[in-house]
Amino acid sequence: MNFRLTQPAILIDINPLNELAGVNNGAGERLRVGALTRYRNLERDPATAQHLPLIAEALPHIAHPQIRNRGTIGGNLAHADPASEMPAIVLTLGGRLRAQSAKGERWIDAADFFVGALTTALEPDEMLMEVELPKAPPRSGACFMEMSRRRGDFAIIGVACTVRLDDHGRCAEARIGLCNAGDGPVFATQAARSLAGRAIGKNEIAEAAKLVQSEIDPGGSIHASKEFQRHLAGVLTMRALTKAGERARGSA
Amino acid sequence: MNVATRNFGAPIRRNEDPRLLCGQALFVDDVELPGMLYAAFLRSNVAHARIRSIDVAAARARDGVVAVYTAEDLGAYWAPGPLLVPPPPIEGITFNQRTQVPLAKHKVRHVGEPLAVVLAQSRYLAEDALNDIAVELDPLPAVVDLEKALTGDARVHDDVRGNIAARVRQSRGDYAAARSRAKHVIARRFLYDHGASQPIETRGIVANWDARANQLTIWDTTQAPVFLRNGLAGMLGLSERQVRVIAPFVGGGFGPKIMLFYPEEVVIPWAARRHNRPIKWIEDRLEHFFATTHERGQTHDAEIALDADGRILGVKDVFLHDTGAYNPYGLTVPINSQCTLLGPYVIPSYDSTFTAVFTTKPIVTPYRGAGRQHGVFVIERLMDVAAHELKIDRVEIRRRNLIPPDAFPYNNEIIYQDFAPLAYDSGNYEPILDKALKMIGYETFIAEEQKKLRAQGRHVGVGVACYVEGTGIGPYEGAKVQVQANGKVSVATGIGTQGQGHFTSFAQIVADQLGVDVPDIDVVTGDTDQFYWGAGTFASRGAVVAGNAVNEAAKAVRQKILKLAAEHFECAEEDLEIGNGEVSVVGVPGQAIKLGALALKANPMRGAVKPGTEPGLESTQYFGPPSGATASGVHAMIVEVDPQTFTLDVLKYVVVHDCGTVINPLILAGQIHGGVAQGVGNAFYEQLVFDDDGQLLNASLADYLLPTALEVPHMDIAHTVTVSPLNPLGIKGAGEAGAIPVGPLFAQAIEDALGLRDRNVELNEIPLSPGRLFELTVKLR
Amino acid sequence: MHPITVTVNGTKYERQVEDRLLLSDFLRHDLLLAGTHVGCEHGVCGACTVIFDGAPVRSCLMFAAQTDGHRIETVEGLAVDRDHLHPLQQAMRDCHGLQCGYCTPGILMTMKVFLEETPNPDEAQIREALSGNLCRCTGYQHIVEAVKLAAERMRK
Repeated sequence: MNFRLTQPAILIDINPLNELAGVNNGAGERLRVGALTRYRNLERDPATAQHLPLIAEALPHIAHPQIRNRGTIGGNLAHADPASEMPAIVLTLGGRLRAQSAKGERWIDAADFFVGALTTALEPDEMLMEVELPKAPPRSGACFMEMSRRRGDFAIIGVACTVRLDDHGRCAEARIGLCNAGDGPVFATQAARSLAGRAIGKNEIAEAAKLVQSEIDPGGSIHASKEFQRHLAGVLTMRALTKAGERARGSA
Repeated sequence: MNVATRNFGAPIRRNEDPRLLCGQALFVDDVELPGMLYAAFLRSNVAHARIRSIDVAAARARDGVVAVYTAEDLGAYWAPGPLLVPPPPIEGITFNQRTQVPLAKHKVRHVGEPLAVVLAQSRYLAEDALNDIAVELDPLPAVVDLEKALTGDARVHDDVRGNIAARVRQSRGDYAAARSRAKHVIARRFLYDHGASQPIETRGIVANWDARANQLTIWDTTQAPVFLRNGLAGMLGLSERQVRVIAPFVGGGFGPKIMLFYPEEVVIPWAARRHNRPIKWIEDRLEHFFATTHERGQTHDAEIALDADGRILGVKDVFLHDTGAYNPYGLTVPINSQCTLLGPYVIPSYDSTFTAVFTTKPIVTPYRGAGRQHGVFVIERLMDVAAHELKIDRVEIRRRNLIPPDAFPYNNEIIYQDFAPLAYDSGNYEPILDKALKMIGYETFIAEEQKKLRAQGRHVGVGVACYVEGTGIGPYEGAKVQVQANGKVSVATGIGTQGQGHFTSFAQIVADQLGVDVPDIDVVTGDTDQFYWGAGTFASRGAVVAGNAVNEAAKAVRQKILKLAAEHFECAEEDLEIGNGEVSVVGVPGQAIKLGALALKANPMRGAVKPGTEPGLESTQYFGPPSGATASGVHAMIVEVDPQTFTLDVLKYVVVHDCGTVINPLILAGQIHGGVAQGVGNAFYEQLVFDDDGQLLNASLADYLLPTALEVPHMDIAHTVTVSPLNPLGIKGAGEAGAIPVGPLFAQAIEDALGLRDRNVELNEIPLSPGRLFELTVKLR
Repeated sequence: MHPITVTVNGTKYERQVEDRLLLSDFLRHDLLLAGTHVGCEHGVCGACTVIFDGAPVRSCLMFAAQTDGHRIETVEGLAVDRDHLHPLQQAMRDCHGLQCGYCTPGILMTMKVFLEETPNPDEAQIREALSGNLCRCTGYQHIVEAVKLAAERMRK
């Protein structure tokens, strides 16, 4: 708006809707984050580090303190910038989002919510109310890594992954999502699937990283060519999966 | 009588800080006047086009809009700006003068060139009205690439063939002969792109025409208020005395805030007179990317001829320089590149030719370093390549070629930007190099640490780069020093200040001469009603030229104080001492008079005054150096590079610098820190990226990457002192030094970290970036 | 137009503001608290940082209308007067943490809250906290030293 690129006729300030802010951490396996929850609140909420380690690790990469003091989870998800961290993380975690309009409410899976660049499944008369995310299960590890030109800049490539191990130390489930790797957040289905049932070893990780590189479609920018983004996606996937695997093995 | 030096040379806290820290310092946008109008400029959104029509009727009709003007409305006032710096007297020079205009007429030549101005009741309304203006443009091919500009059909200025703004050849010795007897000749192409200065305060101007007083007052973010006053007076048909230009606190300049006369600086005062109302224009950041000048790229084809021992026999360089759409600043930037390339080395023969090229991009004028970076990059990289090919250590080859201390003054026999021969006044380079090597731990790092780190799989490298910098050029500056009746001292000079600490460093000079505490000295800079003459703050010259003028004026006031006090006490001047704000008779307790009381005595209400006596304790003096003083230095750093993501971590950064006598080491350290930070930005983060249509693709601070506290490393700084014989204080300039050698330092250290020499990869361009390193080392291999 | 009541540096202001008026412009031009500077107007440079209900925010990214009923602190509220500076201001002066001084108000407001939350920071934490404020003059080193010194003095 400050560049006069958008000039809305009507602007509604939802900041006074306090009931939309905060983390609802019930006893179940999932917790809910209100749309008006600010990054800063998440950073300070002990539930984040305990149950949402992926988000905890990503938060310091998101802009700078002054922005995190104002920026909200709902605003970020509804804006759906493909380079942004949160959409990729919500997608990776398999979260779902609650939309409400005068007509009623509905839940939208993250996989259906993010339609494209700056585009979501929200209808013009709908508003995002909250996002529901699964808590990190036992014997799991998560890792978020990104490469940006300066800390706080949009990622050139960001990788979010979670690994859950079975009783034999093999991968029960892996999930891999990327930011700035396509029109929207990208979920690397084949790469994730390739790890299921296997050990999280060097070769398996390298194989998954290769699959990630084939599953993404980065756009390139003045800061990084598509080739470099693809290269980085491979590098960071290997590093993040390795880390997530280590963390999973270390967790109870 | 000796002058006590308790202030000069001390790390004194700055006089100007309390105002700045409390939010009470006046910047241009803080000027609020009753009845003020606010201006916004409509700017071209294409790089090159003929203007078919501009329809401002709808904009004029909008509520809150007072006026809209285009070039046609300016009538006879419309004219291309003056040439600020004429080309130096070099034989055989080609120079095609084409300067910018206040509002585009017939043609636009770069994105952001102003087409019309709106005056309205608020800036918000003025910007609303920009949308109402209908412009028809017939696009022309953009001129972006320098080599294509020379051979293509598209012309930035219809009457300038090949878009050649200038061609200059300078030489010394016989390069061809040197080449023919050389054992090694090494040729390379180098690309060096320098960026935008991006001060955190953008430009701005407030103009107020007081019809009752027949007086125009301008508040402007300029680095050169006196020239701005003189120029505007001439354009507006006023006497200089009718125009007062105030450069209040200015939020960083770094060069581009000199460029007289920006279109806005021409249009706003004109409009203020026409409307008889104050008018304010403040550049927004988006505008700043187009409306404020840049520095940009040069392409060098350079070769170096060496003997078997790695001693330089000669250097040849042919380069292209992007001057943008106009060339109001003459040849300062490319001449600096040409001259500074010679560095601290003995280069017996030199043959350098450059072609300055018009392009459809914003104007290029000096930005901190002012072309010196480009030249230093070329010679430092040539030294690195030579070291590698001759199998000599990179430090050793530099050492072998340093100008020896007994060779000063050392004449390079070519003409510098100040039109004087490029002669180094004084210097002693080897101790600087040795100190830097010791501080960075060069020997141990190469012999032991690097091997250990490599064994751990870490990619860590070291770099060492040398430079000299011509500083403190003329023509002159002046200063008025005046003792006030309250005992405080006022100092006024004509230069502007943009954070260099002049309020303090000049006070330190005066404090010691007059025995007054620094906080009791009030320095005024940048107000043409306070001091009439001067040039400005640029080319690392403030401390050297204005500082010496302040010193001369303070000395003269000191003489007046002693003379008057001697009369007062009926004693000899030799029996007096000055200190603690008073003059006292040595050895006679109680015999003392405050400076303020003495100042009152110097301006009596009654009584006869001896012929030839000037009232008051004041003096105005001027200082003009015969030529520039040459500062020098060495930077060294150790950097770790991630070989896969190509991100950097600077582990250690060292600066050893010689700028002659130091007035205030704290301020000097700040200047160097800031320079290095801008150098780091230039080397690895900042680049103005244009597409083939001449559109700037990263015109925001989100995409033009200024280094933050996380990108700028901690620096260790040390000094050596070789005084300049060219001024009584022995000072050399320091403002630009930090920024100059960082590019070649990064290239060398990154090459070393990644072992690129062994892989036959050379980093012969700046800026670098992770993406570019990937291309050079992975993709293109 | 919106009627707002906002408390700035302890003083309550009642004003009518246009919908689109930025908080930065409101502070500077309506309340004449021009110590808050505007550097980029797109939320990157941090020069316009003020403290909003205890948290540093960029005033160029908020509308004045959003401050109704809230509390704002600006650089003008830091010191008693020029001779009695806030420890952070004093340390900035002692360490030469400012040159042109244009970015300084934003840095002071960011660092004030940072030091309240992190009374004993190390250099890495300071640099991280500073990273949302651009300074083009100082290369940050003296600012980092000033924040360290201020923290030390404030702990005593």
